[in-house]
Amino acid sequence: MTRHTKEKFIKYILFLVALVSVIVLGLIVFSLFREGVPLLQKIGLKDFLFGLEWYPTSDPPLFGIFPLILGSLIVTLIATMIAVPLGVLSAIYIAEIAPAALKEILKSIIELLAGLPSVVLGFFGMVVVAPWLQETFDLPTGLNIINASVLLAIMAIPTISSISEDSLYAVPREFKEASYALGATQYETIIRVILPSALSGVSTAIILGMSRAIGETMVVLMVAGGAAAIPESLFDSVRPMTASIAAEMGEAPYRSAHYQALFATGIVLFFLALAFNLIADYVSHKYKQVGSATL
Amino acid sequence: MAETKDRSAKWRYLQQFFFFGIVRLSMLLIALALGGILLYIIINGIGAISWEFITKPPTNSMTKGGIMPALLGTVYLTLGAIAVGLPLGIISAIYLTEYARQGLVVRIIRIGINCLAGVPSVVFGLFGLGFFVVFLNFGSSILAGSLTLGFLILPTIIGASEEALKAVPQTFREASLALGVSKWQTTLRIVLPAALPGIMTGSILGIGRAAGETAPIMFTAAAFFTAKLPSSIFDEVMALPYHIYVLATAGTNIEQTRPLQYGTVLVLVALVLGIDLIAIVIRSRMRKRKRW
Repeated sequence: MTRHTKEKFIKYILFLVALVSVIVLGLIVFSLFREGVPLLQKIGLKDFLFGLEWYPTSDPPLFGIFPLILGSLIVTLIATMIAVPLGVLSAIYIAEIAPAALKEILKSIIELLAGLPSVVLGFFGMVVVAPWLQETFDLPTGLNIINASVLLAIMAIPTISSISEDSLYAVPREFKEASYALGATQYETIIRVILPSALSGVSTAIILGMSRAIGETMVVLMVAGGAAAIPESLFDSVRPMTASIAAEMGEAPYRSAHYQALFATGIVLFFLALAFNLIADYVSHKYKQVGSATL
Repeated sequence: MAETKDRSAKWRYLQQFFFFGIVRLSMLLIALALGGILLYIIINGIGAISWEFITKPPTNSMTKGGIMPALLGTVYLTLGAIAVGLPLGIISAIYLTEYARQGLVVRIIRIGINCLAGVPSVVFGLFGLGFFVVFLNFGSSILAGSLTLGFLILPTIIGASEEALKAVPQTFREASLALGVSKWQTTLRIVLPAALPGIMTGSILGIGRAAGETAPIMFTAAAFFTAKLPSSIFDEVMALPYHIYVLATAGTNIEQTRPLQYGTVLVLVALVLGIDLIAIVIRSRMRKRKRW
């Protein structure tokens, strides 16, 4: 084998290995569809998505996941509302304000927070947050929307903070210098110049943070309460899609309608997360700040 | 005139003062959240930790005894995930940074990696169940769990490896190629060794994630309780994260086993954050004395 053909051969093999991510993505779709689609064919996509009743073990079973979708969306939305200000502001602090010596430590704190296993946060929510909520607001249970949202926010903050921080760093120095040269304060420079320039990165960060929250399982499984009904207040229990899958898969008989319904729920969850990521990918490429237009 | 200008400047700095206050407060809040959670776990968990707790299996239907099988199971699953994710991730990154030309195919691969990174962990669990456990008939086993976790951390490892490979100066490659060394030899002998420390530290953060994940192993590898230790990769294992979930939600006596739960949580946190902390410390040392 000549050197040239050998090099070509190696490149080809490397290419095949690099395709693994795409192949796995394909296999994920394949497995979800293989187990989930039979149920969707039986009861219809519309009744599945918009059915208001999730009684998978009653006779006849009812597979309407609308309350589950709603549960996922509500906790994600509230978590985002908590996590976005904290995440973005902490990124501003680390990227623009903190003294150099503190920066590394603060970044490590964000990284450690990201590393906290979700089951640990869920446990913390059960033994600390839930009893506190229950006593303070005199509730029947502390396992509810607000508890789950706060803990999901803690999980989303590191994603939002670290990606926002990267994009703040990437703003060309000339922008900042030009703003200072015009007499702007540091605050004005951050709000009017740096943040708008980094907006695509910050938006990407927020979308990915939301995607993390909507796909998170253990926290909502342990602290969201698990009621598959349309909630009426923030102190009601919900049963997000992820929690439903994790809680019921163990009991659902193999290849039963219930088993298939959980895979079908997985399909919905997969495409929801996929949508979030494709939007993030689009935003980060489309509105990227390129160059600094100096003379 | 001068007076209004002066007041406006004052106002502008007051604005800045308040903004910085809010920003500092946000950072403080996040640090306190992490510190508070860790402190709470340490204070409540440290009492349960003993040599017996680490080395003995659970007894009395998991209301007494230790966590040895779960700890061992987590170690097996994590090593399995590394064996799957690390080679695939590093090779993918080598292709993307060293070989690939920008184009449609590379764009598709990158989107694929991004999407894989965004797949919810419980969906990975369903994939592992549907594909490895059922379709390939591995059963609930270390093998199925390791493969699932390995693919879960693949995007993290690819990202870390790409960053490390890109940080190797172009002159290294040029010098080697100028000496007549082939591209593959250059990559293998020059670029990869220079990038390896960066690849490792970046990957360790992904490995920490594999050790702490629960949802992907719930249906693919984790057993509620097994008295015997695994003898092959086709056996089920107990795992720390799942053990915590089981004790906290489905144990025979949840309130009574609280100390056991705190202890297990502490061990898992120490394991995962310990792994992360090692990576963080090595990385900051490496940055300080970079050779190029």
